[in-house]
Parts: sequence; C-alpha cells; structure tokens
Amino acid sequence: MADTPLIELTDIVKSFGPVSVLKGVNLKAFPGKVTALVGDNGAGKSTLIKGLAGVQPYDGGEVRFDGQAVHLHSPRDASALGIEVVYQDLALCDNLDIVQNMFLGREETAGLIFDEGQMEREASETLRSLSVRTVKSVRQKVSSLSGGQRQTVAIARSVLKKAKLVVLDEPTAALGVAQTEQVLNLVRRLADQGVAVIIISHNLQDVFKVADYINVLYLGTMVAAIPTAETTSDDVVGYITGSKTYDGVNV
Amino acid sequence: MTTTPATPPPPPTDTTNLPAEGGFIGSGQEGGIGDQVRAYFQRVRSGDMGALPAIGGLIVLVILFTILSQTMLGQQFFLTERNFANLLTQAASLVMLAMALVFVILLGEIDLSAGVTSGVALSAFVVLTKPDGPNMNWVLALVVALLVGVVIGAFIGFFVARVGIPSFVVTLGLFIGLQGVTLILLGAGGVFRIQIPEFLAIQNANLPIWGGWVMLAIILAVSFGMSLWDRALRTRAGVPNRTFALVIAKLAVIAVLGGFVVAVLSQNRSSSIKEIAGVPIVVPVVLLILWIGTFALDRTKFGRYIYAIGGNAEAARRSGIKVITIRWVAFIVCSVLAVVAGVFSASKVGSVNAGFGTDTVLSGVAAAVVGGVSLFGGRGRLMHAAIGALVIAVIANGLGLLNLPAGVNYIVTGGVLVLAATVDAVSRVRAGGSLTRT
Ligand SMILES: Nc1ncnc2c1ncn2[C@@H]1O[C@H](COP(=O)(O)OP(=O)(O)OP(=O)(O)O)[C@@H](O)[C@H]1O
Ligand SMILES: [Mg+2]
Repeated sequence: MADTPLIELTDIVKSFGPVSVLKGVNLKAFPGKVTALVGDNGAGKSTLIKGLAGVQPYDGGEVRFDGQAVHLHSPRDASALGIEVVYQDLALCDNLDIVQNMFLGREETAGLIFDEGQMEREASETLRSLSVRTVKSVRQKVSSLSGGQRQTVAIARSVLKKAKLVVLDEPTAALGVAQTEQVLNLVRRLADQGVAVIIISHNLQDVFKVADYINVLYLGTMVAAIPTAETTSDDVVGYITGSKTYDGVNV
Repeated sequence: MTTTPATPPPPPTDTTNLPAEGGFIGSGQEGGIGDQVRAYFQRVRSGDMGALPAIGGLIVLVILFTILSQTMLGQQFFLTERNFANLLTQAASLVMLAMALVFVILLGEIDLSAGVTSGVALSAFVVLTKPDGPNMNWVLALVVALLVGVVIGAFIGFFVARVGIPSFVVTLGLFIGLQGVTLILLGAGGVFRIQIPEFLAIQNANLPIWGGWVMLAIILAVSFGMSLWDRALRTRAGVPNRTFALVIAKLAVIAVLGGFVVAVLSQNRSSSIKEIAGVPIVVPVVLLILWIGTFALDRTKFGRYIYAIGGNAEAARRSGIKVITIRWVAFIVCSVLAVVAGVFSASKVGSVNAGFGTDTVLSGVAAAVVGGVSLFGGRGRLMHAAIGALVIAVIANGLGLLNLPAGVNYIVTGGVLVLAATVDAVSRVRAGGSLTRT
C-alpha cells in the first residue's frame, strides 16, 4: 500500500457525444499486484481500459505513470511506456497467422526484412510458457482458431515483450476450466515478476482467487477500491449492483 | 521472451518430431516433402485455394482454344509461337494494372480511377515529348508521368485515408474528373502518335536470345539465394526449416516452366523473311516489378501492415500501426503502377488519345478477383492478380482469333468473373465449419 502506484488515474472523464460514460474515475495499480476491475455490463470498464491503451483517449483527468504525468493519445504512447492490453474483442487479424498477430506492430527485422525465424521461436516459447496444448502450428491462420485459442493468442501477445503493466479485459470469458486456470496462474506469475496487472472479470470466484485489490465501477464512478482480504463476495456483489455503498473509496 | 539473445540459442537437436513439454507447437515447416504436400492439399481443401482455380481455368482455356482453332478455322492460330508472344504483350498492361490494384484491394479499398490516372499521365507524356512542342527527353517525360501518378495517388489517399471518404466515391469522382483533364491536355479527337523508338521497344522489341536465358538464370539464382537466406535466418533462430528437397523442387519447376517459355520465345516467329525471336522486353520488366512488389508485401512492414489493415483495421490501429500513412502510401503505389500499365499499353499501340485508360479499370479489378484476390481485403497476392489477368487476356485473345463478335468476349469474361467468385465462395462455405485449418 505504501508503494507508489505504477499507474494512477485521477478524475478521469470520458463521454461519447451526450453520453457521459466515465464521470471522474480514480484507479491505482501497483507493481507486483493484481488489481481487479469489476462492474456491471456497461459500467465503463472497457472504456476506462481503452483510454489507458491510448486507443480511445480520455476527455479529461490525470494519468500518472511511475509518478510522472503522462499523456496517452495513441497506442504507441501506451506501448512505449510498457502498457500491454488484451482487449475484450481480442482485436486480432483473422487473415494473419499466430506469429504475425503476436508481433503485429513490433516485428523483428534483420535489416529491412522480417526475421521470421526469430519471431517464430519467440512466439512458440511464449505460447509454450502458457501451456498451450491444442494449437497445432504457430503458422496457423487466426481465422482457423477456436474462441479460446484466439483468446490465448491475444494473451500471449500481451506478455510477449516485457511489459510493466498488463491489462486484461475479460481474458477468461471464452476459456475452458483448464485454460482459465492457466490464465489465472499466468496473471499471478506476472505479478510475482513485478508486473502490475489489471484484470477485468465478471467471475467473482476468479477475482477473489487472483486479485490483491478489487475496484468496483458503477455507472461510470468508482464506488469501491478495497484490498481483497478485507471484503467478501457478497459485499462486492452489493457494490456492483448498487445495493450497498462503501465509504473507503479513496484509498 | 527476450528481445535479442546475446548468443543464438543452441539449435535444438531436432524439434521436428518430438512432443515437447507443454505440448508441441509446430511451425508448419516440419516433415518431409510428403508431409508438406499433404499439408498443402489440406489447406486447399479447407478453402485456401489461392490462384489454383485461375491456373486451372488458364489450362482449360488454352486447351479449349487450341481445339476450337483447329476445328473452327481448320488451322492452328492459337497455339503458335507468334500468338504466344503476342498474348504476353497484349496481357502485359492488364497484368500491371491488376497488380497495381492489389495494393488497394488488399486494404478493402478500390481505385476506379486507376485507368484514367494512366490516361492523364500518358497525355502529359505525349504532350511533353511532342517533337514540334516541348520535345522533352523521353526518360524525363516518363519520370514526369510517374510523378503524375504520385500526385494523383496522394490526392486519393488524402481524401480516403485522412478525410475518411469511401474510396469508391473519391475515385469515382476522379474517374469522371480526370477524363476531363486528359481531354483538355490532348484536345478532343486528337490522337497523339508516339515516335520514340526506345519507348515503343518496351512492347515491340525482344531481348536477344541469350538475354532470355540470362533472365531465367537470374531468376533461378535469386530464388535460390533467397531460399538459402531464409533458411540461414531460421537456423540462426533455432527453428526448423522445410526440407531442402522442397527448395530443389521449386527451382526445378521454375527451371522447367521458365525454360519452356524462353525456348518457345526463342524460336523464329516471323511470317516474313526478317527474323523475330526472343523474349519481349516487357516480360522482364513485369517480372521485376512483380518480384519487388511481392518482396515488399511479404517481407516488409509496409506489406504486413497492408494485410493487417485489410484484415482488421481496428486491430491494426490498436497495434500502433500508422493506418493513415499506410493507406495513403498504398494509393500512391497503386496510381504509380497504374501509370506503368498505361506505359505498356501506349507502347503497344504507339499512340495516346483522349479516351486512353477509360475502359481498363474494371478489367483490372476483374483480373484480380479471378486470380483469387478478395475484394473484402486482406487476402490475395500480386501473383494471383497476374494470373487472373492472363486468364482474361487469353479469353480476349482466343475469341479474337476465332473471329467471334466482340460481344462474345464481354459475355465470356463476365461469366468467368462470376464463376471465379462462385468457386471462391463455395470453397469458403465448405471450409466454414472446419476449425482445423492449418
Ligand atoms: N464508441 C462508443 N460510442 C458510444 N458509446 C459507447 C462507445 N463505447 C462504449 N460506449 C458506451 O459506454 C458505456 C460503457 O461501455 P463499456 O464497454 O466501457 O462497458 P463495460 O463496463 O466494459 O461493459 P461489459 O461488461 O459489457 O464489457 C456503454 O453504455 C456503452 O454503450
Ligand atoms: Mg467491457
């Protein structure tokens, strides 16, 4: 708690036309900790994340990264800081293969041309570290993968390069029991390596299993930010649905 | 996960067939020639047919016209050395135009003004080189013509990539507007003859006999060299290489097919005393551009990002790709290559008139589609478009020889286009249920 947060969002606002989606949101994520972000459908979780990724810049508010005020106007700004995001809609190119997707926008080159061998090896190693069993070839087109396999590729992409902050927007939604277990283990492992992890999930069981802090977003405002050890599933459900309020919001 | 290993990892003794911990993930490079061939057919069965239907169509058409020429005309006009050379020079411009369009079609865009762009550029060329006018050096004028392509491409790119207007609309507007520019440059009804021997030589002269063989030798050497280079990079990274037999097989195919083509074109095909033989000069020019373009699309960021944007523009954007710039450049490349197509066409006919390039663009699009390039973007290769263009050129050439009315040509070409699209769609639907595509 005493550490400086790796990322600190203050008073973040974002609206789409007349619709105000984020109404002054605060969020902190610490290195080596897993921060869960929960909330009902449409609460604004993905919107908050896309701002962090520079994909959909915020309208206002302050972002501090490692104590420094930063501006996240484009995906490049975010990746330059070491922020990697697994999007809810995965954002993969169906017509490209697994390696090409994992390295998209940051290809390894030997001179002017691609170093396909290098990329292929790194991709296989990363996938193997995620205990992927069912993918036959890293040169498979993503269009030929199942939903869960695609999700694994998206996750593998985010951990391919050493990131400082990994954000996962419902990373286990399409996964089977074993794969979910793997991803949760991975999340824990990343945090243990000192990475700050933000994970969005609707599965409170998973959240309680893996998270150090739980943040609850309710209709565009952060209504709770609590260490996991100090709360219960029932309370969190209450905050999510708005039937309970929490007074220690400003941790 | 490391970015640059200080020392290359020890090449795993043989990752080929061992089930490693955590489950083995292949790379599609493993196994002998049999496995590779099987994998290829599995890809084809699962709907990834590439140019296969077009190649099949090409073979069928050649057989058909050979038979029809023999039976309907009582003499072989189609399958002759002369017609073969003729066909290549007739097709060159369409091949080039189709290849130009691939760059924007891969993005899911279209350039309806590609033909008239070449019209404006070639009008500028003939006006600038007019002996009783500016009389500019023809190479310089050619550079100006290509620059006209750059400017028009940049103009389209601005409106499509930056302003966000659909390319169909922008280029439809240009299709109409640029015809006016050509008309103003040349004056109505004017036909400008080109009398620059070097310019006309592109389509009307041939390499010396030895030149054809040197060309083939260079192709083989470059192909072999690139294979070795690829394998060296893969070996350095410690990932498996395809069996070497495949490299040899590929070279053998190029050598046999290329050798056959060069040999045929080395025969005297003149009907008079003056000998005509050799590979038409336009052939190596087209092959060079095909090679450079394929290199760029397959091996550079520019090419990879074109495919990525065509597949999922939002994913590309989120990956930090400069989508606007790539789109913009693609339109410039398309327009410049379209001008090259116009150069081939002008060199072939030896003149430029106010209608130049107005009726070619849809054939170019058709050629790309027949070859297996998807209009939805993200799928297709330059080679596919080139083969598609050959199909359309063979139809025009064959039907022309049979003295059938011109209307038949249009009907058949249209039919082939729909047929090609149907084959593609059916193969994809059939593959739709299968998730085991490799
Ligand atoms: N591009 C957009 N344009 C307009 N409205 C948007 C846009 N993106 C999101 N919204 C709106 O913002 C609100 C929050 O959406 P968001 O995707 O952030 O929710 P979420 O918390 O991620 O929900 P879920 O749990 O369903 O993923 C929704 O009401 C949504 O309709
Ligand atoms: Mg969401």
